[in-house]
Amino acid sequence: MLKQRAQSVGVHVILIAYSLLAVGPILLVVMNSFKARRAIFGAPLAPPNPTSFSLVGYAKVFNASHVGTYFTNSLIVTLVSMGLVLLFGAMAAWALTEYRFRGSTALALFLSIGIMVPIRLGSVAILRMMREAGLNDTLTALILVYVAQGLPLAIFILSEFIQQIPKDLRDAARCDGVPETRIFFEVIAPLLRPAIATVAIFTIVPIWNDLWFPLILTSSDTTHTITLGVQQFLGEYITDWNSVLAALSMAILPIVAIYVIFSRQLIAGLTAGAVK
Amino acid sequence: MATLSIKNLAKHYGETRVLSGIELAVEDGEFVVLVGPSGCGKSTLLRMIAGLDAPTLGDISIGDRMVNGLAPAERKIAMVFQSYALYPHMNVRKNMTFGLKFTGVERQEMDRRVAEAARMLQLEPLLERQPRDLSGGQRQRVAIGRAIVREPDVFLFDEPLSNLDAALRVSTRVEIARLHRLLRATMIYVTHDQIEAMTLADRIVVMNQGRIEQVGKPLDLYYTPANLFVAGFIGSPAMNFFKSKVERIADGRAHIAGPAVETFVAPASAALGQGASVTIGVRPEHLDIGAPGAFAAKGTVELVERLGESSFAYIRRADEQMMVAEVRGRQTPSAGDTLSLGADLADVHLFDEAGRRIEVATA
Repeated sequence: MLKQRAQSVGVHVILIAYSLLAVGPILLVVMNSFKARRAIFGAPLAPPNPTSFSLVGYAKVFNASHVGTYFTNSLIVTLVSMGLVLLFGAMAAWALTEYRFRGSTALALFLSIGIMVPIRLGSVAILRMMREAGLNDTLTALILVYVAQGLPLAIFILSEFIQQIPKDLRDAARCDGVPETRIFFEVIAPLLRPAIATVAIFTIVPIWNDLWFPLILTSSDTTHTITLGVQQFLGEYITDWNSVLAALSMAILPIVAIYVIFSRQLIAGLTAGAVK
Repeated sequence: MATLSIKNLAKHYGETRVLSGIELAVEDGEFVVLVGPSGCGKSTLLRMIAGLDAPTLGDISIGDRMVNGLAPAERKIAMVFQSYALYPHMNVRKNMTFGLKFTGVERQEMDRRVAEAARMLQLEPLLERQPRDLSGGQRQRVAIGRAIVREPDVFLFDEPLSNLDAALRVSTRVEIARLHRLLRATMIYVTHDQIEAMTLADRIVVMNQGRIEQVGKPLDLYYTPANLFVAGFIGSPAMNFFKSKVERIADGRAHIAGPAVETFVAPASAALGQGASVTIGVRPEHLDIGAPGAFAAKGTVELVERLGESSFAYIRRADEQMMVAEVRGRQTPSAGDTLSLGADLADVHLFDEAGRRIEVATA
């Protein structure tokens, strides 16, 4: 009894410490984004108070001509990539778990290599490929790279989930005369919703936060994403910390929103009632 | 509605032979139950009839169509699964009509079929509900309804009652029997429960280790089991077996005796020759206390199970094996009693060394 209690306290201490560690810097960024420049440096750990409160950073960001474009670019790239990763990932996972075909094991293995080898290793080749394909400095280039980056893990997670869907369901659909594609889209895919939410979050976060590929693949203001765009406030001699912190705070918002939306799905177990 | 015929069917997974040499002819409108212990291949056989598994060898025909290469949907079958397998994100009505959309059934016809199936199965108030809001029995009725609206040639049931509790199992069993009478459809039903098999079947197919042991009407299997396996499988509690030997032949009669059996005399035949090893089988319900019959055995009661209308006495015999006798009436033996049990010649089964039935002329 006492041991259990001690254990539970221990676990909570660790979890709380970890949460502070993870949330602390974010809180610091958001807090300081609402402060005047002098207050940011004077007392970085203090929350904004009536004298230090200032929206100057946000005003600058909104007035900077390209921030809106950066945001739109980030949204387009992230959402389109996510959509494609989920669609192709689910289809590939279904094909690899459901059908035995020549080379299916080799293909599954090949895809799992993608989880282990970081895509950045191929940056030079990717840059060359995109240039030759005439996709340099386009959002399409970013989307293609992110789909390739997200697919392996998506397939891996979704395969695990698909294996948990009772085999009787697809057998029943087959006896019912449902075509294979419809079995996937109308019977299996709806049951994958919790898994799809998980994969969506795993896919979105690194894409939204990525600095590397926008840096090497985009060169004009019209194709920059928000993470790259923020860099323009970081000067060689002067850094506009108000704007940087305000832009970063705003960049966090979509991720938080998406997480809130999907976390409900994450928890909802849809298979309840399907099979005993 | 249609006949079903299976010729020399086999299924191998690598070296393992799951099924071999399956021959079966099912008549139009017949209710056939495949029964056997788990792992005997009955579900695999059903899945091959459905087209969900491909046979290694052999042919399956439904009506006069060979269906070997056909997809499940093209075979005009409908299957009811043990797990119900309802589409969890569709309401009851959609569960029933989902498959029909792909077979070119008109909207009006669909509605008519759903209405009819719902009426038959008392599903009308549930049509707009989601599967997760239904009880197990209701879910199984929806699954059956989904099969009915397809108007298939052959209904296939894969242990449909196994997930239900005991009371529901009985009422759903009655429901299925009523449906069969109503629809006059060909039905193949898989179960491991011999009571379901006995109560539902026109004919029972007893399977064991990938082979058909016997095919016959329920009472034929009960009264004339073809071999030791069927004798032991059909009937509950199981038949008592007594290892014995033909000791001598005199006046055309074989005198059979064993460690636990008093001498038992039966008309001699080719199988009952001098010295032949014989297994005697008597069902618990045919053993009477103190009634001297053609067959007699003795033992000490170890345990009595009282069911109300009858009791089962577990009796240790002279050869240290157990036997069970059903005792009717208010008077039940108690543990420690020594009992003499008898049975009529007509109720005694004889099996040869290979386990095959030996016909005994009772006249």
